[in-house]
Amino acid sequence: MLTLENVSVSYGAIEALTDISLTVNQGEVVTLIGANGAGKTTTLRTITGLLEPKNGRVVYEGKTISGMATHRLVPMGIAMSPEGRGVFANLSVRENLEMGAYIRNDKKGIADDMERAFTLFPRMKEREQQKAGTLSGGEQQMLAMGRALMSRPRLLLLDEPSLGLAPLVVHSIFEAIDEIRSEGTTILLVEQNANAALQHSDRAYVMETGRIVMEGDSKQLAADPRVKEAYLGE
Amino acid sequence: MDTFVQQLINGLTIGSIYALIALGYTMVYGILRLINFAHGDIYMVGAYAGFLLATLVFNSEPSIFAFVIVLLGSMAIAAAIGMAIERFAYRPVRKYSRMTTLITAIGMSLFIEYLFVFIFSGTPRSFPQLIQNDNYTIFGSATISASQMLIFAVSILLMITLQYIIFKTKIGKAMRAVSFNINSAKLMGINTDFVIAFTFAIGSALAAAGGVLTAQYNPKIEPLMGIIIGLKAFVAAVLGGIGNIPGAVLGGLLIGAAETLVVGYGNSIGIPSTYRDAVAFAILILVLLIRPAGLLGTNVQEKV
Repeated sequence: MLTLENVSVSYGAIEALTDISLTVNQGEVVTLIGANGAGKTTTLRTITGLLEPKNGRVVYEGKTISGMATHRLVPMGIAMSPEGRGVFANLSVRENLEMGAYIRNDKKGIADDMERAFTLFPRMKEREQQKAGTLSGGEQQMLAMGRALMSRPRLLLLDEPSLGLAPLVVHSIFEAIDEIRSEGTTILLVEQNANAALQHSDRAYVMETGRIVMEGDSKQLAADPRVKEAYLGE
Repeated sequence: MDTFVQQLINGLTIGSIYALIALGYTMVYGILRLINFAHGDIYMVGAYAGFLLATLVFNSEPSIFAFVIVLLGSMAIAAAIGMAIERFAYRPVRKYSRMTTLITAIGMSLFIEYLFVFIFSGTPRSFPQLIQNDNYTIFGSATISASQMLIFAVSILLMITLQYIIFKTKIGKAMRAVSFNINSAKLMGINTDFVIAFTFAIGSALAAAGGVLTAQYNPKIEPLMGIIIGLKAFVAAVLGGIGNIPGAVLGGLLIGAAETLVVGYGNSIGIPSTYRDAVAFAILILVLLIRPAGLLGTNVQEKV
């Protein structure tokens, strides 16, 4: 479904990604784990066109998408919940969800999907008319994910959904990820919380300083002594 | 008392014009963090567009119909010119520093001014009277002219329309989304370039409406007429809290009222009426000392 072929990205003279190749297949949950500054967010930003690769290309459903404008990817079925959530604090919860459905015009379908988002995250329903800026971090994360789902994506990119959240909230975020996946959405999940990410994914890539250093089945990686030592704190 | 009411009417008239122009400054700032220095000149362009429409197309008796056509026509022309300026002058330099765009805006302002001097010469023209400008007596002995009433009515109508667009329509919500976080907006599938162009179109149309309305009140138009009024409208936007839409309206009305009151009463408290143009800036300095974010501005958060 999504392939990165030997992608390199630079910020000025500094190379942030070196020769990244990865694949996400239809229906999978793939996770990208690694320490802060390893290049995980840069990888997602490159996929969504917020950054342009210096070398290599990004292919989605057979089409090269690197270099395409970000807003054109949404109608193709890609949505992202960005790093730091990126909710529109000056808009209400409902308006944020409406923005997620910006490319759609089917009023009925949008209303149904909004109900679906409220079922997935009941807290959003309670806060419907509140400004998103007044939500807690966990609620903002739920809103960011619900908003991304409003475009009915086939590929959902999640950037650090558990960052800075209390363990209980992290738990419900990962439950939502399982739920989204069970509805058939393919997910690429970037996480620092390697433990949870490996538990809730099929395959994983490990990044270090802009390179992919390990890849494989999530369960096998979770059992790998090097991963255990470096990322699982065992 | 009667003169006070009279001064207030006159002040709110000019204040409504400041407010219409200030809206364009504040919307563009809200969305791009850019002070569009060419915005005051769009007010002038609007007046000239109206002038051309009025002299070329209409040569008849004053009528409200002619006025509406000239108003809408000049708003449309200014909207197109505003979008063209954004597309060809600002968009190409947007990826560089904000200072680059700011300097481009100053250059664009001078370019428009002297292009119009070149085309129309610096000689003032007289804008045709499109409505019967009768005077009416209100509140005892204060007078209000038809053109002043027109300024109030049209400004209020335009502000309500703007409020509706920004809060109730899809494009308006997209404008608010873009102004808060442009990358998140792109991830929603919003064509942010289009939203930015649309913002310039709306702001320019409002400024042009200000130009045509003013020309009904004071028919003398010339290519440099947008400089000082643009500056005051900018002050009004900052005074109200730049990026804040109700703030722009409040700032415009306050500055308009303050300067006519200085003309009316300044002499009695030792401020000569020739200080009229300085009043706006004096108020600005005072307010910014106390509330740096402006009257209705919240703490300005720098975007990283």
